[in-house]
Amino acid sequence: MEPTLNEKTQNANIEEEEIQVVAFKLGKEEYAVDVLSVQEINRLLNITRVPRVSHYIEGVVNLRGNIIPVINLHKRFNIKASGEVEDKRIIVFQFDDTKAGIIVDEVSEVLRLKWENIEDASKVYSSISTDHIKGIAKVDDRLLILLDIARILEV
Amino acid sequence: MNMDMSQYLDVFLEESKEHLENLNQKLLQLEKNHDDMSALNEIFRAAHTLKGMSSTMGFEDLADLTHHMENVLSDLKEGKLEISTPIVDVLFQCLDRIQTIIEQIETTGSGVSDNSDLIAVLDNVKTGALEAAAVAYESEHTDQLMIDDIKSANTDKNMDFSFNEYDITVFKEAKSKGMKIFYVKVGIAPECLMKSVRAFMVFKALEEEGEIIKSNPPAQELDEGKFEDSFEIFLVTSANKEQIVNNINNISEVTVLNIEDIEIEAIVSSNEKPVFNEKVSSVSANIEQKANNVEDKKKSHKVKQTVRVDIERLDNLMNLVGELVMHKGRLEQIGATTKMVELNETIEQIDRITADLQSVVMKVRMVPIEQVFNRFPRMVRDLAKELNKEVEFLMEGKETELDRTVIDEIGDPLVHLLRNAVDHGLEPAEERIKKGKPAAGTLMLRARHEGNNVYIEVEDDGAGINVEKVKKKAVEKGLITEKETEKMDKDEAIELLFYPGFSTASVVSDISGRGVGLDVVKTKIEALNGEIAVDSKPDKGTRFKIKLPLTLAIIQALMVAVRDEIYAIPLSSVDETTMISKNDIKIVQGQEVIMLRGNVLPIFRLAEILETPGGALNDEEMYVVVVRKADRQIGLVVDTLIGQQEIVIKSLGKLLSGIPGIAGAIVAGDGNVRLILDVATLF
Repeated sequence: MEPTLNEKTQNANIEEEEIQVVAFKLGKEEYAVDVLSVQEINRLLNITRVPRVSHYIEGVVNLRGNIIPVINLHKRFNIKASGEVEDKRIIVFQFDDTKAGIIVDEVSEVLRLKWENIEDASKVYSSISTDHIKGIAKVDDRLLILLDIARILEV
Repeated sequence: MNMDMSQYLDVFLEESKEHLENLNQKLLQLEKNHDDMSALNEIFRAAHTLKGMSSTMGFEDLADLTHHMENVLSDLKEGKLEISTPIVDVLFQCLDRIQTIIEQIETTGSGVSDNSDLIAVLDNVKTGALEAAAVAYESEHTDQLMIDDIKSANTDKNMDFSFNEYDITVFKEAKSKGMKIFYVKVGIAPECLMKSVRAFMVFKALEEEGEIIKSNPPAQELDEGKFEDSFEIFLVTSANKEQIVNNINNISEVTVLNIEDIEIEAIVSSNEKPVFNEKVSSVSANIEQKANNVEDKKKSHKVKQTVRVDIERLDNLMNLVGELVMHKGRLEQIGATTKMVELNETIEQIDRITADLQSVVMKVRMVPIEQVFNRFPRMVRDLAKELNKEVEFLMEGKETELDRTVIDEIGDPLVHLLRNAVDHGLEPAEERIKKGKPAAGTLMLRARHEGNNVYIEVEDDGAGINVEKVKKKAVEKGLITEKETEKMDKDEAIELLFYPGFSTASVVSDISGRGVGLDVVKTKIEALNGEIAVDSKPDKGTRFKIKLPLTLAIIQALMVAVRDEIYAIPLSSVDETTMISKNDIKIVQGQEVIMLRGNVLPIFRLAEILETPGGALNDEEMYVVVVRKADRQIGLVVDTLIGQQEIVIKSLGKLLSGIPGIAGAIVAGDGNVRLILDVATLF
């Protein structure tokens, strides 16, 4: 990340031109989701399988007494999992009254992206269909695929 | 609306809704029985309160409308107007408008509404009887009277003086020093804006001359301006009457109403109530009587002492109790393995307390079904008018209590069933007379407890369900083939009503043909763990019977292991468990069965049904859980029976709702999530 970008983030005036995201890895690609929809990030909890649901629903977990469905994006989008098991995390999202989690291979960082650095998704190829992508962000030599998590979770 | 009032908005909204419901109910009563004076009085009172509340909150349009309603009501009360259907209709319209305004206030915060149409009608209704001017005066006058009543009731308790030992000592001492004791009644001009300031000035002036022993109301209330246009003082002073009267009368807007010398003996002998002034005591007695009347009135309307609690807090409490029950279960497991006597004794205690706590919390969450039922009479009445049918609507068992979660959900299905009954069930009056039935159809809504269930019935004495018509319609809609209908008996045909996309009304009416049918009702009730059944006889009527569990939150369940997974089966659907060996299983028509006490019991392997991963275990010996699905028994084959447990049902959330065979989830003692099987939808 450019050092100047960090400095600029101090400035509240340009906040609207930016979006804060959680960046994470799924397979070899790097993705990001809007931090505002993220409730928390957890280590892998005991996941209970739920029969008779779509194959990409990994199951449900107990998050402090709340039951939360966990979605396996690897299975959903046919991405090969990578990395160590201890690096895997569950990112829990909250939309209105619905909560759901996704399993990711590794959470890298929380960072700010300028909207001007985010490109239209249709120009770039990724494992995930463009319907579920808000755009592609370039940060130095990294490419972050910005997911439309609400669309993916169908909430 | 200014900021000060906004904090009262919630209370205002809630109370207005209550008054509105009350108004609706009483107006219905009045419509049925035009001589019901108590209903009329109640309506008047509720309208009056509503008026006062809305004008305090600054919703002038609402206040104005209720004011005009009140005028008409007061004429009705005084017999200047006859109660008639058009008047009742207008009043109903007013209630509807009030509801709209209140809803508007709730959503937008603004109570602006143009009610000139209704007000014009109300005025017409009013002038139709007597000279408008006189009537208007009368109604204003009655308002004033009522307010006076209430005001005097409020001040009543301050009316009698009581003197303690200290006061009497002071009096005695003063007397011995040759000082006088005066009772002074001070009046303040009604137009005076700052009464407390005047009171303060009077105190100041009197304290220059002597000492004020007592005042009524007490000094603090006087400071806060909490008094009408007069107050009383006991003064010990060396000055004479004239001086005091002069001092007080010098203050603007203040006059001495009464001043009297008090004999110390009088105070001491009466101890509580001084006999010095019979006038005062007689007045006070009079007021007391009035106050009693008011109180009596109030009492007769007060039903129960209640505390309003935010529903969210109740849910929180319920969740906490749920967690407690869960951990109690865990403790019991630990107790069972450690076999420590003291621990187990303590666990037993905790068990008892949690059980009590649970039942208390359950009861707290129970609400009478009245809440839901109350809006129906009005709805049925409007419907009947709209459809030009005569309906006698009866309700039974309004006091039946149900868990709040169930109450919240049951309203819509019932609305649907009632609409159906009025629209499709009951025939028009002419048709009924032809059939030899009374012109007015009877619609009955019943609720009652039975064991751990609540039954709600919607019964009409209408035409009944036309089975042939239902079949024909189902074929038309492509739900079944004509061939299939031939094999169907009556009950099966009636079941067709619950098929998605079915609606028997030939003409889609505004009332019940809204595109959603009984299937929605059924889905909703099944989502509540309930059942719905129909019973119908041609020309005798139709009865919908709904069975609901008392509560959804905590149930007894049998925990079973299937391969590496653990599931909970609600005990309410389990008949028994048994152990079988591989050799007991026979195959009949491709279906695995066992013989259970001479009966053939079909068995299903849960591991297959739930596609549980992992290979077959040692299936030389296995357990069968005999469950009831509708009327027949089936056996579910599991690997191990873990035991019976109290479980707290949790929803799987919106994303995973409606999975067939899964009723919900629980958090087990070890923190893992376990799923609850729903036997009814498992297959």
